[in-house]
Amino acid sequence: MLVHSRGARWAVWLLFLVLFLPLFALPLLVVLGASFATNWSGVLPSGFTTGHYATATRGEALQALTTSLLTAVAASVLALVVGTWAALAAAALKKSHRRVMDALFVLPVAVPSVVVGLAILVAFSEPPFLLNGTRWIVILAHTVLVTAFAHQSVSAALSRLDPAYEQAAASLGARPAYVLWRVRLPLLLPSLTAAAGLCFALSMGELSATMMLYPPDWTPLPVLIYAATDRGSLFAGSALAVVLMTATLLALYAVSRIRTRASYR
Amino acid sequence: MTRRLLWAFPPVALLALVFLYPLTLVVQQSFQPDSGGTSLQPYTDVFASAAFREALWTTVWIAVASTAGCLVLGFLLALIIAFVPFPGAKIVARFVDVFLTFPSFLITLALLFIYGTTGIVGSFQFLTTPWGVLLAEVTYFTPFVVRPLLAAFSQLDTAQLEAASSLGARPLRIIRRVILPEALPALAAGGSLVLVLCLNEFGIVLFTGAKGVTTLPMLVYSKAILESDYPGACVVAVVNVLISVGLYALYRVVSRRAGA
Repeated sequence: MLVHSRGARWAVWLLFLVLFLPLFALPLLVVLGASFATNWSGVLPSGFTTGHYATATRGEALQALTTSLLTAVAASVLALVVGTWAALAAAALKKSHRRVMDALFVLPVAVPSVVVGLAILVAFSEPPFLLNGTRWIVILAHTVLVTAFAHQSVSAALSRLDPAYEQAAASLGARPAYVLWRVRLPLLLPSLTAAAGLCFALSMGELSATMMLYPPDWTPLPVLIYAATDRGSLFAGSALAVVLMTATLLALYAVSRIRTRASYR
Repeated sequence: MTRRLLWAFPPVALLALVFLYPLTLVVQQSFQPDSGGTSLQPYTDVFASAAFREALWTTVWIAVASTAGCLVLGFLLALIIAFVPFPGAKIVARFVDVFLTFPSFLITLALLFIYGTTGIVGSFQFLTTPWGVLLAEVTYFTPFVVRPLLAAFSQLDTAQLEAASSLGARPLRIIRRVILPEALPALAAGGSLVLVLCLNEFGIVLFTGAKGVTTLPMLVYSKAILESDYPGACVVAVVNVLISVGLYALYRVVSRRAGA
């Protein structure tokens, strides 16, 4: 406890509320409020309607939601496989090699996502790998962007893993593949699911690289939200944004359930 | 050893194909003007344009100012959550985690209602100025500072605070002499991450719809997609990558020191 007097403590809490509510809670409340309104010219939104949700859950919008969900699932699964493989392989290398590999795999975090989009667009519009105009180019870009996060969180978990377990298993005669499958991966499961949730959420909200290369028949939800706000339909855009947030939160909740079940094992 | 290197080969090869090879193509294309051949022409063209210089300046100053804002605000909020805890402080800390998973453009979307043309506060054109982008970036990126700070504070022994306090140190002095030195590594790591993310931010700027605010990522997008000027877009991309990768390398060094 840093502040002991009662009055000073209340003053500090008041300061916290004054900073926290308008900056962090208000934006989310505003988007939520606007998604149910047709008009917002005073302090509160007016013209209550659920019409935006009716259009946000059918036709073009529903298709965009499915597109986003499929892209996010595909990208997270691929990123998790590649990221985990890379983290496990790097952990077995000697220190200098491991450093190089870690640096390579976190590089996509530092490179602007717009540039990742541009690079993939440039590379995969030419004959040897012609992906431009298909859904695979979007999934590929998302995978590249989220693999870095998957790799980072798995390798952080690996470095905290107690080597005693795998040494015990190996000394009892378990083959390396068996140790990996029955000892290391189960111990890593909590961080694997956490990484999966992070990858999924990032891919659901990805806009920068997607704007560079989405084909007309594979439009993820963030692009549709941008299109709506760009033509001035802010209220319809808000409803779409709430749908996006809800879908992301539901998926994160589902993933966290796996995590708690695993940690009781 | 060779067996282990062999296991590391598939993921590295995959990364090279889908990430490193495309990046080298971008660098290569930045030296190939539309008129053909290989020259520095795209670079001299882009560097000479006022739009590029302005975008470079806007990107850098907004990123630096946002980072400073995030550090001050994040330190203050983390300090209150950790050391002047109130009922519900745990929930607020969870909320910060959830906030990190939302896309950045949500903030601009909300600000459009608050400060936009038909907004709550009024119809002054706040959002189409760099200040609107600055506010949105401070809001969105502050949690990236709060989270490592809360982790660092949770390892701080509160007995140190009690001791300092019983010896008569005032709260401000405790913050300066006890808490701040402990928080410096986390502040440095969080701050440089936020700086890189701000330099690369695209969604927030795109959603303001402001023609007046152009940042480097925005320039890459408009050159490539709207003007189909690929060599020019690649030049801007190379400049942007050099700035942010350089800073990110610095961040890795700082955070490794902090972790050691």
